[in-house]
Amino acid sequence: MLSVDLHHAFSGFTLDAQFEAPPGLTVLFGASGSGKTTVINAVAGLLMPDRGRIAVGDWMLLDTGRGVRLKPHRRRLGYIFQEARLFPHLSVKQNLKYGAWFAPKDAPREDMGRVVELLGIGPLLERRPGALSGGEKQRVAIGRALLSAPRLILADEPLSALDETRKAEILPYFERLRDEVDLPILYVSHSASEVARLATTVVVMEDGKVVRQGAAAEILGDPDVLPMGAREAGAVLTVTVKTHHADGLTELDAGGEPLFLPQIAQGPGHRVRVRIAAHDVILSRSRPEGLSALNILSGVVHQVHRGEGAVIVAIDTGAGRVLARITLRSAQALELATGVAVHAIVKTVSVASSDIGAVGG
Amino acid sequence: MLDWLGPEEWAAVALSLRVAFWAVAASLPLGIFTAYALARWSFPGKQLLNGIVHLPLILPPVVTGYMLLLTFGVKGPVGGLLNEIGIVFAFRWTGAALAAGVMAFPLMVRAIRLSIEAVDVKLEQAGATLGASPLWVFLTVTLPMTLPGIVAGAILAFAKAMGEFGATITFVSNIPGQTRTIPSAIYAFLQVPGGESSALKLVLVSVTVAMAALLISEILARRVADRVGGK
Repeated sequence: MLSVDLHHAFSGFTLDAQFEAPPGLTVLFGASGSGKTTVINAVAGLLMPDRGRIAVGDWMLLDTGRGVRLKPHRRRLGYIFQEARLFPHLSVKQNLKYGAWFAPKDAPREDMGRVVELLGIGPLLERRPGALSGGEKQRVAIGRALLSAPRLILADEPLSALDETRKAEILPYFERLRDEVDLPILYVSHSASEVARLATTVVVMEDGKVVRQGAAAEILGDPDVLPMGAREAGAVLTVTVKTHHADGLTELDAGGEPLFLPQIAQGPGHRVRVRIAAHDVILSRSRPEGLSALNILSGVVHQVHRGEGAVIVAIDTGAGRVLARITLRSAQALELATGVAVHAIVKTVSVASSDIGAVGG
Repeated sequence: MLDWLGPEEWAAVALSLRVAFWAVAASLPLGIFTAYALARWSFPGKQLLNGIVHLPLILPPVVTGYMLLLTFGVKGPVGGLLNEIGIVFAFRWTGAALAAGVMAFPLMVRAIRLSIEAVDVKLEQAGATLGASPLWVFLTVTLPMTLPGIVAGAILAFAKAMGEFGATITFVSNIPGQTRTIPSAIYAFLQVPGGESSALKLVLVSVTVAMAALLISEILARRVADRVGGK
């Protein structure tokens, strides 16, 4: 458990953030300039805040009230930076071993072979960072952080410098990190789809303050919390893979209701997280017929949130909370209000594979 | 080949090499430290330190030599103290090395400072988050990445030390076998009739050493860029 309480004043910007990160992966979520990177740098010790208290369990990293200000190299963190920051004069193997060398001899440490296997970087070991692709560099950086025997993993927008293909390559490794490595992870992001796939807990930041924190599904399904704006809104459903059909579709069980998606990687019985973008959901008061869309989830309107230009409707369905982004005119025409029964139509092909992720445990 | 230079000329070349070697070897640690301080730290008096380091580059060498004589002479404040523990600079080859070291110091610090500044602070931060103390970060990240720059700076300083004349002759005079380095020897040869051919030979040696040093330091400087770029 990581607990953070920070106060720091810059010229023209004040950071005032308190939150707790339970085990699992906690995403610090917010627009750029909201103070996410400041928080993570303060946890790493790269920035000394005016006042504050940071603790990992009973391991105190910072307590300005009692004069505790650990230097970065004494904090035992694995920090995965936005740009991999590998040491260019060392081989991949030497980079991986760098942190382990400085860790206390009795610290519980990851096995080098297991980490290399987990990240698929075996063939890269003898190379220099200059000869690696962006995605490969980032995988090595993850390994280097893991092997330093850390008590906490920090990641500052580790995917934002990569193109879509590379992002898709790295995301599963963070899922495995979350599910297979028993360390709290603090992960900074401004991408709703990364949050949807990775987050156990979400801490939403705005103008240097924490505005909400809670479980990922709860935060993403709340139309009042849209740090990236209504365009990025989308709820997360946790569903179970049922069967892969011969026509390329995968049938999933969403709380008893069938959900059809383009073929996904996980086999039957696996639980996956699916992000349903709000702009891909159509609403209907009566159950539609003769429609090409395969997924029709019936439910009840939980809340109608009027934003600028559009309305976000939160619907409680048998599959879970779904958000729909529709025009104000449509909302009025359908007379949508809390308690009204509606059908949410999700077009199968609109769910991108990058919005589907594994669920651990 | 060996009899191409006479014994007097050989003595000057050998002395110059010894003086230049010790001038660089003794000042290198201080040069690296000074370069690091100027590149990475902010402290009161930083500009003053920068000025003092560069002073020998802009002062007339005779002035630097005279200041050394005043400070490190047998009666000088520092020289007097050192004299008591048996270290004498005045009119010895060690004094020539001190003068050469001081004159070459700005060039050395400049080259090393530039290569330290080329190392991304973000890499040093990464080292710190991985558990390396500031000293270890310096030894395992900053220093290896600056190594070509340090070698380049040392070679440049070596060449400068080989050719130092003004400060040396003012501080330690021109004593054959003791303080008569190549430039002092050339000067002395030119003062006597028939000395031109000896002087010319030493000029040739000087030009060769200087050109070689410049070439090697250029090549190494390029390698700094490659190394920092991760190639």
